[in-house]
Amino acid sequence: MSHRVVITGMGIYSCIGKNLEEVKQSLYTGKSGIILSPERKAFGYRSGLTGFVERPNLKGLLDRRARIMMPEHAEYAYMATKEAMQTAGVDESYFEKNEVGLIYGNDSCAQAVIEGIDKVREKKDTMLVGSASVFQVLNSTINMNLSTIFKLRGINLTLSAACASGSHAIGLGYMFIKNGHQDMIICGGGQETNIYSMPNFDALGAFSIREDEPTKASRPFDRDRDGLVPSGGGATVILESLEHAQARGAHILAEVIGYGFSSNGEHISNPSVDGPARSLRMCLKDAGLMARDIGYLNAHATSTPAGDASEAKAIFEVFGSDMPWVSSTKGMTGHECWMAGASEVVYSTLMMKNEFIAPNINFENPDEDSVKLKIATETQKTKFDVYLSNSFGFGGTNSSLIIKDWK
Amino acid sequence: MDKSTIISTIHHFLVEDFEIDESTLTPEADLKQTLDLDSLDYVDLVVSIESNFGFKVKPEDFSKMVTMSDFYDYVEQKVAEKTAA
Repeated sequence: MSHRVVITGMGIYSCIGKNLEEVKQSLYTGKSGIILSPERKAFGYRSGLTGFVERPNLKGLLDRRARIMMPEHAEYAYMATKEAMQTAGVDESYFEKNEVGLIYGNDSCAQAVIEGIDKVREKKDTMLVGSASVFQVLNSTINMNLSTIFKLRGINLTLSAACASGSHAIGLGYMFIKNGHQDMIICGGGQETNIYSMPNFDALGAFSIREDEPTKASRPFDRDRDGLVPSGGGATVILESLEHAQARGAHILAEVIGYGFSSNGEHISNPSVDGPARSLRMCLKDAGLMARDIGYLNAHATSTPAGDASEAKAIFEVFGSDMPWVSSTKGMTGHECWMAGASEVVYSTLMMKNEFIAPNINFENPDEDSVKLKIATETQKTKFDVYLSNSFGFGGTNSSLIIKDWK
Repeated sequence: MDKSTIISTIHHFLVEDFEIDESTLTPEADLKQTLDLDSLDYVDLVVSIESNFGFKVKPEDFSKMVTMSDFYDYVEQKVAEKTAA
């Protein structure tokens, strides 16, 4: 039996706000969360631009043991998940009585790995890395921490798919519920922002060097874009089957109606048109929709010259004259990498529930590909019932999600 | 490092890093009951002692200590040995 899958909770902790209300305001006003970090420049980065995310103070919220087990991005994920639980109307006592799962996107734990190994090199003694290091260095660190803090007893799985991790996490959660394996799953993505998290990526020359204008550096689809700006935080959505949500009287926000995915089967870092186009078509088919049914498309577009051009081509190939409103929220947030697919579902759902489309800030001049898209250069006060969110990652992994409003 | 400095240093990291109530830290207090540490916490206690006093405790040495006073004496002795060396 196939089940309908709905979203009943959301939470966000990002460079444009520490909760849903702050983020909604930032999206509406087109506020950038990008800064120039002198620490990154001193460390040797080609670009010192980054999204700025303030670490939460968890003293008083969690005991010492829980706090020291968490790296930076698990803290963000914790904050986002607490908020998602509040909006869904569930707490730890609910998880004790019901089998609730956790599928979270994450693809790095740089700081804990580097600091731990540095300590062993210095001390020549593994014990002196302390007890928490092993729980911080594993890629499943967010799952380990959240599932023990919240006493979760369902599917417990980390999803690593580079910059599509958060999107695939929601897609996989949707599949588990749709197929009847779980009634409720907490899905999301977390991304670290410390100086150790991005130097290898910076090495590729993929980051914008518009350092004199940090808030204008991330400019998806714009003719003069020169690279992405890395960012991070945590984003959580709570999925459950429709009958489960209705039975417990939950407030339903939206419905996940489509998941598409593909692998480019080509180069490890060069983007493709065919791979994303196949993901888009699969997602539309899964949702049982035509291109003209989509009211808004939240693009992956990270502000890299090649990536945005390829995505614009793929969107035009699939949507053509049925082009929906398109914007990339990365103009404001930068590229939230492992978190992006989840955060952009939160951002787009906030827009849908509040009847606006956030602007693709810094889009001033189109290029030959983006000119074919219907890009929201300014905030659009408009209603839409269905949106599509794209996420693509290194290795050629692609994910698309279609979400429908619930009224 | 004199004994009172050793004791205040120990108290500082037990309160700050292990969140132990300072009022329970008396010489006669039972070490295991007072610290209430699990196997993971003992690893962190080894780290705290090393970073504050510059020597590494063997985890099995903890089993010989009964009171907080034993703990203070143990650290004092190790610090003295290190200074003499």
